[in-house]
Amino acid sequence: MLELKGLYKTFNPGTANEKRAIDGLELTLEEGDFVTVIGGNGAGKSTTLNLIAGVFPPDRGTITLNGRDLTHLSEHRRAKYLGRVFQDPMMGTAATMGIEENLALALRRGKSRGLRPGIHNQERELYRERLATLGLGLEDRMTSKVGLLSGGQRQALTLLMATLKKPELLLLDEHTAALDPKTADKVLQLTKEIVERDHLTTLMVTHNMRNAIEYGNRLIMMDAGRVVVDLRGEEKKNLTVRELLEKFNIENDRMLLSE
Amino acid sequence: MNFITGLLNAMPGAVSQGLIWGIMAIGVYITYKILDVADLTVDGSLCTGAAICVLLTMHGVPVGIAMACAVLSGLIAGLVTGIFHTTCGIPAILAGILTQLALYSINLRIMGWGTGGGKSNLPISVDKYDLLVSARHVRDAGLHNPVLLLAVFCVVLIAVLYWFFGREIGCALRATGANGNMARAQGINTNFTKVLGLMLSNGLVALSGALLAQYQGFADINMGRGAIVVGLAAVIIGEVIFDKVFRNFALKLLSAVIGAIIYYVVIQVVLRMGLSTDDLKLLTALVVALFLAIPYWKGKLARRSAAAPAVVAAAAGATGKEDDGDA
Repeated sequence: MLELKGLYKTFNPGTANEKRAIDGLELTLEEGDFVTVIGGNGAGKSTTLNLIAGVFPPDRGTITLNGRDLTHLSEHRRAKYLGRVFQDPMMGTAATMGIEENLALALRRGKSRGLRPGIHNQERELYRERLATLGLGLEDRMTSKVGLLSGGQRQALTLLMATLKKPELLLLDEHTAALDPKTADKVLQLTKEIVERDHLTTLMVTHNMRNAIEYGNRLIMMDAGRVVVDLRGEEKKNLTVRELLEKFNIENDRMLLSE
Repeated sequence: MNFITGLLNAMPGAVSQGLIWGIMAIGVYITYKILDVADLTVDGSLCTGAAICVLLTMHGVPVGIAMACAVLSGLIAGLVTGIFHTTCGIPAILAGILTQLALYSINLRIMGWGTGGGKSNLPISVDKYDLLVSARHVRDAGLHNPVLLLAVFCVVLIAVLYWFFGREIGCALRATGANGNMARAQGINTNFTKVLGLMLSNGLVALSGALLAQYQGFADINMGRGAIVVGLAAVIIGEVIFDKVFRNFALKLLSAVIGAIIYYVVIQVVLRMGLSTDDLKLLTALVVALFLAIPYWKGKLARRSAAAPAVVAAAAGATGKEDDGDA
């Protein structure tokens, strides 16, 4: 379904700040995979998601989704196939627009936008229903500006927006990292429910090893722009944080030694 | 007493000018408030609209069609700035300055059309041509009174824009200004919406220029100088006064128009109090700078007072420790 082949990405090439972020990345996702991604700072996790989303193009390599070559497709064109939630709760929603207006924008993801109404009355019922599933009471304040919501509420709303129109691939870039632990758990629980309900193929970057083990059916660890550990099925289910930390340290040591 | 009657006499003129600049202010509102871009193209496109309208009317084109062509010229000016900004990657403010500078030459050429060179001023007489608005009729009763006509014009424009910004493409434009990342993630081509917004804005500004030229009876190369600041002043005055009352989008556009009217009424007052017209731009710049600074200062003050208890507590804790040490 998703195929990343021979991806390379270097930032600021030819300058003192040159940084090879992605270094020959190979990754294939199966339909329905819920993959958690861990790795140290600068391992290339976010860069990978941004490459898939088309925020910037790769230097080399190809990105294929369900047989379509996305490599050179602009960000807004491939948005049709992708649902995205960002680390920064401010980034996924428009603060000066209402909750229902944000949802209406999300419902039209991948469609051409013309002079039809920006929001239909019939849609509001759908939004009310979906907002109610969040259990945050947002269904009663649909015209409120999103800027009035807390970080957790905004992130839950972004998650709803990303999945309102079923994406072929859901990209979660440390979407709970900026939230307090309790809210983070709530948003993660929601994520799990939505992913399972809609059978979404998901790539979730996280810093939290416990979450990485607990959620999803497959875990990959990235280091220096490559996948270094890839666990699935029973092997992943039986993993402990301790084992994972050991693998993490081994990889870290290996990287230190190689440098 | 003389002062008051003089001022009252000047009111219809001030309101007419305010309404004309109100259309310009709506254009500025679209770029500055909705798209979150300060577009300096308007200093040039205002005169372009005026020049096109006067030139075409003088050549026998009906004034309605001449104004439509003026709007078209504004749309093109916005398109050029938009292409500079999106396709060429030039920062928006610089892209606007470049177009504005280019328009200076173009405006001279338009006004000098048929003379083989450029001209910095192009007069048009309401006696010879059938103009839509003129300062001549500012105290007349009836439909050709510019105040009434311009007020209807503004209301219709606001209604059309209200409709537009409620459509899918209008919502996409608003989302682009509110959060470009989010807009792209929802499949919106933000380059397209930015260009569209700049075009729309400059189309309105050129329309305002076309009306202004008819009203004052001439187009002039300097008529757009500092227009962005006047537009901003109108938007900010409207916002400061009506922000708490006007929640609806149409009313927010209306508040920009009312802001422009207030601006021109205040100008009349200070002029009659003895201020020289030469000092007007200085005054306008200072007022706008002040009103832009106020929200920033307010925010700073709010942060400081929010942080203050913590600072006091920390200081108390520190002295407490010292006391313990002494004991």
